[in-house]
Amino acid sequence: MSAPTISKAEVLEGYMGEGYQLTTVEKVLGMARANSIWPLPFATSCCGIEFMATMGANYDLARFGMERLSFSPRQADLLMVMGTISKKMGPILKQVYTQMAEPKWVLSVGACACSGGIFDTYSVLQGIDKVIPVDVYVPGCPPRPEQIIDGVLKIQELVKHETMRRRYSPEYQHLLDKYQIGG
Amino acid sequence: MYELILERIEQKMPGAMISHETALDGIINIHTTREQVWNLLQLLRDDEQLGFHFLTSLCGIHYPDNAGQELGIVYHLHNWIKNIRIRVKFFFPVADANVPTVTDLWATANWMERQEYDFFGIIFTGHPDLRRILNVDDLDAFPMRKEYKLEDGTRTDKDDRYFGRDGHYGQSFETRLID
Amino acid sequence: MQVQSYFSSLDNLDGELATLNLGPTHPATHGIFQNVLKMDGEKIVSAEPTIGYIHRAFEKLAERRPYNQITPITDRLNYCSSPINNMGWHMTVEKLINCEIPKRAQYMRVIIMELSRIADHLVCNAVIGVDTGALTGFTYMFQERERIYEMFEEVCGARLTTNIGRIGGMERDFTPAFHAKLRDFLQGFPARFEEFNSMLERNRIFMDRCIGAGPISAERAMEYGFTGANLRAAGVDYDIRVMNPYSSYEDFDFIVPVGTQGDTYDRFMVRQEEIRQSLRIIHQAYDNLPEGPYHADVPAFYLPEKPDVYTKMEALIYHFKVVMQETPIPVGEVYHCVEGGNGELGFYLVSDGGRTPYRLHFRRPCFIYYQAYPEMIRGALLSDAILTMSSMNVIAGELDA
Repeated sequence: MSAPTISKAEVLEGYMGEGYQLTTVEKVLGMARANSIWPLPFATSCCGIEFMATMGANYDLARFGMERLSFSPRQADLLMVMGTISKKMGPILKQVYTQMAEPKWVLSVGACACSGGIFDTYSVLQGIDKVIPVDVYVPGCPPRPEQIIDGVLKIQELVKHETMRRRYSPEYQHLLDKYQIGG
Repeated sequence: MYELILERIEQKMPGAMISHETALDGIINIHTTREQVWNLLQLLRDDEQLGFHFLTSLCGIHYPDNAGQELGIVYHLHNWIKNIRIRVKFFFPVADANVPTVTDLWATANWMERQEYDFFGIIFTGHPDLRRILNVDDLDAFPMRKEYKLEDGTRTDKDDRYFGRDGHYGQSFETRLID
Repeated sequence: MQVQSYFSSLDNLDGELATLNLGPTHPATHGIFQNVLKMDGEKIVSAEPTIGYIHRAFEKLAERRPYNQITPITDRLNYCSSPINNMGWHMTVEKLINCEIPKRAQYMRVIIMELSRIADHLVCNAVIGVDTGALTGFTYMFQERERIYEMFEEVCGARLTTNIGRIGGMERDFTPAFHAKLRDFLQGFPARFEEFNSMLERNRIFMDRCIGAGPISAERAMEYGFTGANLRAAGVDYDIRVMNPYSSYEDFDFIVPVGTQGDTYDRFMVRQEEIRQSLRIIHQAYDNLPEGPYHADVPAFYLPEKPDVYTKMEALIYHFKVVMQETPIPVGEVYHCVEGGNGELGFYLVSDGGRTPYRLHFRRPCFIYYQAYPEMIRGALLSDAILTMSSMNVIAGELDA
């Protein structure tokens, strides 16, 4: 029986020596942030139940560093919007997003959050990107837990490669102004 | 089973029942008027031979083509001891949409009536707290009425032409198109 | 007719009353509803709920969708037990068109409905455990839910919002994989379930938290329109499966558990016992599963087999008619109810002969019994109020529709 292949996580790019590594602050911050995101599960409907299954023992989102769920926006990095957002809920969603501290990311899980889903009605917001900027969209009705994990991994990629200056750049300010969210 | 009930209603409140028929599911529909409905429901609930003590549901309905009787309310009552269900209906004009509340007969009617106010604009006189329950508070129309459109007309990301909709709403049955 | 307002006498309370906004986004309210509480220290004096944060206009949407496209909408009512909603809707349409379902299809429906009832009660009870601090039971029981999801996937392809069954029966017979999974489940689930039960049922901390939390008397519950496990916990044995049996439930032998006080502990225990009774029903249905077709012969509503569509003329025409919704629908009204996860889920369908219903009203049990919540928590501590809410199993999709 041959020895099992073990794949190790990649080390950051940089100059390695005995007991030290020379790299950039951005890379270190990116790695640290990506592997310990504190999500805020904003679960409204059916996708929330699939999220509970994703957090459960079978699919286990905690493997990716998301062990600690935060229900307070002040302490969260990632806003996971799962489920239908109605027009009554829109202002509350925006308020929760504004209360989060920078840097923050938004994951829109499910067809209803991405675009209104099957509910093309007068009372449903046709996509949360009408009120807040979104980083990753996960389609599905409801998406399988593997899909939600895929979305989370894409968020981790975004977090890992984000530059330190992005949140202070004029483009980001322009994005926030489009949604009328104060800088 | 239903003959005794109809006889008893006719005996206790003659003239309250305008007409009755049996629906496809075997439940009797009793038609009455707005003025007599509260007394009729109280009789149905309190009379020992009738005993319809449980209000299963109440809902509104809108027939825009029946002039003078556009809006209606349907009550579903259930007698658990004899396991009999009954439906009570009455209609009234949309111009004068005031009806008596039944929250003093059944506590469960509180939110049911709020929902019908929210959807159809039916004003329940005597209701302790009549305000919108499901829609946003500042909505100025009553969405379940037939003339109100299902989709949000201000949305920009979907083009109605691709859904086969070109704005035909509120028409009568013969010319009603799908979607 | 002056209606007594139950809270008007409390407006004269002076002293310091704090106002606490519980929700709409709150980890313990499983779903989106807001409660503005007036608190005297830790005791709740009055509560005012606001709902509608996930109002998706199902009743309006149903007026614009043909009959077979309404099934995915009913999925999203009580999404923890979607198959029960789907089957209830199919039975409503079958009542309208007066269609007789073969015995095998009825037994298959019973198996699927009882599996989803188990899944629904597992979520509710596991979440009551979570709200008292017992997180382990939740992870154990979600593994069971995964097994039930796999069985649903075998039948219809989806885990949660199933769109299972068709008007006229089921869409396919049970596959061999389904039989194997069901046998495994029936064999292994009772032991694992009793493990979960043993963690909570006689647990001193759990009992102290739950006994006496949010009680309601049977008379008050009936006045408020309670049905389902919440009513049975208060002592009234009203179960639609016994009262108005549908889909061959009269063939099965099961008891209807009731409680005494209607508090959280009673609701928990009633749901636990209902899970055991559902297992009993599944055993009886599976052991006696009759042979025969898995759908009725209603070509006007049930799609014909694909090989026939390509070779036979009538099958092609029926296929066209079903997909383009050219089927004539009878005019009339029906009311059909099923025992959903939370109580009497009723469908009042008014048809005018058109392709879509003229009016479809959902009698949603969560909506009806949630209005009793302010009365149930009056005078209770805040932590009891949280427990009461999670033990009532309020599903936001069914609450707001």
